[in-house]
Amino acid sequence: MTDVAIVGVGCTGFKTVSPDVSYKELMFEAATRAYQDAGNINPRKDIDAFISVAEDYWEGFSIFDEFVPDQLGAVLRHLFTVSGDSIIGLGTAHMLIKTGHFDVVAVESHGKPSDILTLYDIVSFAMDPVFNRPLGGHPFYLAGLEMNRFLFETGNTKEDCAMVAVKNRENALRNPYAAYGAQIDLDDVFCSNPYFYPMNKFDISQPADGGIVLILASDEVASDLNDCPIWIKGVGWATETPSLESRSFGDAVYAQLSAEMAYREAKITSPSREIDFAEVDDLFSYKELQHMEALRLCDVGEAGQLIAEGVTGIDGDLPINVSGGNLGMGWALEASGMQRLLEVVIQLRGDAGERQLADVEVGLAQSWRGIPTATGGTAVLSNC
Amino acid sequence: MSEKIKHFPGEAVSGRDIRDGKVPCIKHRPNVKYLWSAGVAMSRFIEGMKAGKIIGAKCVKCKRIMVPPRAFCEECFRPIDEYIPVKDTGTINTYSVSYVAGDASRIKEPILVAVIDLDGASKGMGILHILGEISDWKQIKFGMKVKAVWKPANEREGSVTDIKYFKPFKEG
Amino acid sequence: MVGKKRVAVIGAGMTKFRRNLKETGKELSYEASSIALDQAGLELSDIKSVVMGTAPDAFDGVHMKGEYLADGAGGWEKPYSRVFVGGGTGVFAIDAGWWHVASGKFDTCLVVGEEKMSSCYPHPAYAFTTIFDQIYARPLGVTLIWIFALEMHRYMHVHGIKKEEIALVSVKNKRNALDHPCAQLGANITVEDVLNSEVMCWPVQRLDISPTSDGAAALVLASEDVAKKLTDNPVWIDGVGWCIDSTYWTNRDLYYPQYVQCAAQMAYKMAGIKNPPKEIDVAEVYDPFDYKELHHMEGLMLARKGQAPKLTAEGVTQRDGDLPINPSGGLLGVGNPIAAAGTMKCCEIFWQLRGEAGKRQVKGDPRTGLAQAWGDLMQYGSVVVMRS
Repeated sequence: MTDVAIVGVGCTGFKTVSPDVSYKELMFEAATRAYQDAGNINPRKDIDAFISVAEDYWEGFSIFDEFVPDQLGAVLRHLFTVSGDSIIGLGTAHMLIKTGHFDVVAVESHGKPSDILTLYDIVSFAMDPVFNRPLGGHPFYLAGLEMNRFLFETGNTKEDCAMVAVKNRENALRNPYAAYGAQIDLDDVFCSNPYFYPMNKFDISQPADGGIVLILASDEVASDLNDCPIWIKGVGWATETPSLESRSFGDAVYAQLSAEMAYREAKITSPSREIDFAEVDDLFSYKELQHMEALRLCDVGEAGQLIAEGVTGIDGDLPINVSGGNLGMGWALEASGMQRLLEVVIQLRGDAGERQLADVEVGLAQSWRGIPTATGGTAVLSNC
Repeated sequence: MSEKIKHFPGEAVSGRDIRDGKVPCIKHRPNVKYLWSAGVAMSRFIEGMKAGKIIGAKCVKCKRIMVPPRAFCEECFRPIDEYIPVKDTGTINTYSVSYVAGDASRIKEPILVAVIDLDGASKGMGILHILGEISDWKQIKFGMKVKAVWKPANEREGSVTDIKYFKPFKEG
Repeated sequence: MVGKKRVAVIGAGMTKFRRNLKETGKELSYEASSIALDQAGLELSDIKSVVMGTAPDAFDGVHMKGEYLADGAGGWEKPYSRVFVGGGTGVFAIDAGWWHVASGKFDTCLVVGEEKMSSCYPHPAYAFTTIFDQIYARPLGVTLIWIFALEMHRYMHVHGIKKEEIALVSVKNKRNALDHPCAQLGANITVEDVLNSEVMCWPVQRLDISPTSDGAAALVLASEDVAKKLTDNPVWIDGVGWCIDSTYWTNRDLYYPQYVQCAAQMAYKMAGIKNPPKEIDVAEVYDPFDYKELHHMEGLMLARKGQAPKLTAEGVTQRDGDLPINPSGGLLGVGNPIAAAGTMKCCEIFWQLRGEAGKRQVKGDPRTGLAQAWGDLMQYGSVVVMRS
């Protein structure tokens, strides 16, 4: 069976706003960097398929797919859009290469929330039009509901969640791609505005603009394109249910399911022992803890203890979100999951500079599509 | 297997019954508003329109002059080299005559629509615009020369509509 | 094709296509999927992955509508994803189903095409006003019908094609649809009816256009091992193809869909097809407008450039002709719930290749069929080649 590796990454970096460039120019920069990183390939002939991960209302276009090909070098080539999570985009590229008909596939995702004047109204527009949407309110109350249930079921605390925000904002200071690096302490989190009880403002990631392109290749060509291919050992994705009334609020079932799929493929039986570090979704601070437990990186109810003991810090035994996570890098819409993948690749290559982890071989990236979805993906990557 | 399928589901309802409230419905108008960054290339275009010029982009590798301008050459996949004005005259590549508005309602005075290949841009580089000063649309011909009619300078706002329309014109 | 897996279609289902259906998008997805599963002899628990094909969120009026539709399409607690390539989505969705299985990652995949256009009120055309560039196109008040009229006119001009030659497609497809149990606009009309119908956007007249519709269609895909256990009569997906052209459609010559040719070449190469008109027995070609059937036959290399009208006039594309095109009745006759319409075309080819199309069955014993869809700003082609 064909093995698949990531052989190129390109990133614009993430910023709070980007008035100087259009979304096309943002995508062009990320693509140019990725193609150069993948042995300077020419997209006009060397890439067999292109995948853009995008969603209409994030862009302000119906059929955003129309506006993608030119800036990726994909005119009259085999490009398509996945309107889903960016790890689903990775999984799609993985499948394409495994069919044996494609050797090199590019995956693009970006977010430009600064182009949107009514960002949270658009999030509300994703809710069930008959049953949920008429209730109104800021849609993030769903995260408040979920956080409360998660803390109730697991015994993790609000302090544990606040520690995630402190850790990730600080980690982001070491990441030049991150938009929201900051030195804050627990008091800063607690005295930030209460938004959706039990959640405060600093528990919530903030929008950021930026784009990422990844290049995947089959084992036949991977080492020609990059000296340090990062192998995709397993990738999974799942949707629990769109129905708020039927879903589990305490545990992230989509993350459990996507992880089991990825672990099965990667032949991982004991994730907490076999995975050296992880980048997990932390659009809200509690999500990092909830996802760690869903991914079996620790036992249920144990995530808070691990962060309190420093285990998930940059010097700990199981570093989580060394990049700064979404809290530190920013919420870049569909590119939020791509940020997690990007950091795992950079760490496994040994290119992470002052935030480089020592002796890492296996890393995990996990994503969630955000409110109001119960969809996410998990990927296990390795440099050997 | 369609011959094996005994029943195809789907209950049709009439548009009238929906309008008259006889079919249970939820009405919602989303609050979706954007303020897109025009970016490097289209900022030039917008500034050009204000100044009464149509700005194109030039790639020295493939030697194409492209309109609308873009920051990259999609054929060569490289940044473009310069932004230069093209002429505000051109030829009709294709045209149509619209009696339908955006909401599918009907209009009496048809809108004359055309793709106009601009002079000074590379062959086949057209833009979408409308035609004016034509009394009978049957006078429109493929390959006909047309010229932009601009709004007065003090009314231009940096929009593609700073050109009111293109009108027929004879060279020389 | 050493190490490459074959993928079978083993079930298909669809709902009626109508201007307004009472069912929600979720319910339509469920109905079509249920029939497809039933026909395949499978339960939802046998399905390992789900692909949703659905076009702009602005129709259903739900942001991230792939998520919203997930439970209706059987995606509950499953690897579920949505692909989206405008009008090309319905056929592209089966291409996506193909790689789910051909990769060896899943041994079954449920492919669903859904569209509930009527939720966009008072008219689905509103959704199309936001498909254009916000700087150089939208301020002009551009609509979808403008750009297709511009393409149709260019095609007619370059080849010297007359309206009455094009109208034959509408006559044929609406008549074919009389035999389709789900059809919205089956009718016996004449060329004169088309030529005398209301001018919408010259040269496009009312009867040149497919309607707006609600509906869903679904297919069940399986690996060779699974398929052989369930049926003696699988239909194989032997080629998939897709291609996109530049966003800047006013910079292209619209008389020929180069991107459809590119998508077809990809699928033909995979299927080992060297002489398409000879090797393809039946085709469902995307026909939201009558000229598009001709335009696409040429892009698919089923006719030489400018020659599709001639084949149509000679009756070659009729159900009893040598190369039947759109025996279902196509979008012009069955209806055009965007993504569902493309998936309906895949269902039709499946039924035709199994000899189960009933009154719509084309003559002979078709062995190789093709379905194609088209989308975006006259820039996307998606193709599937199937064999019995």
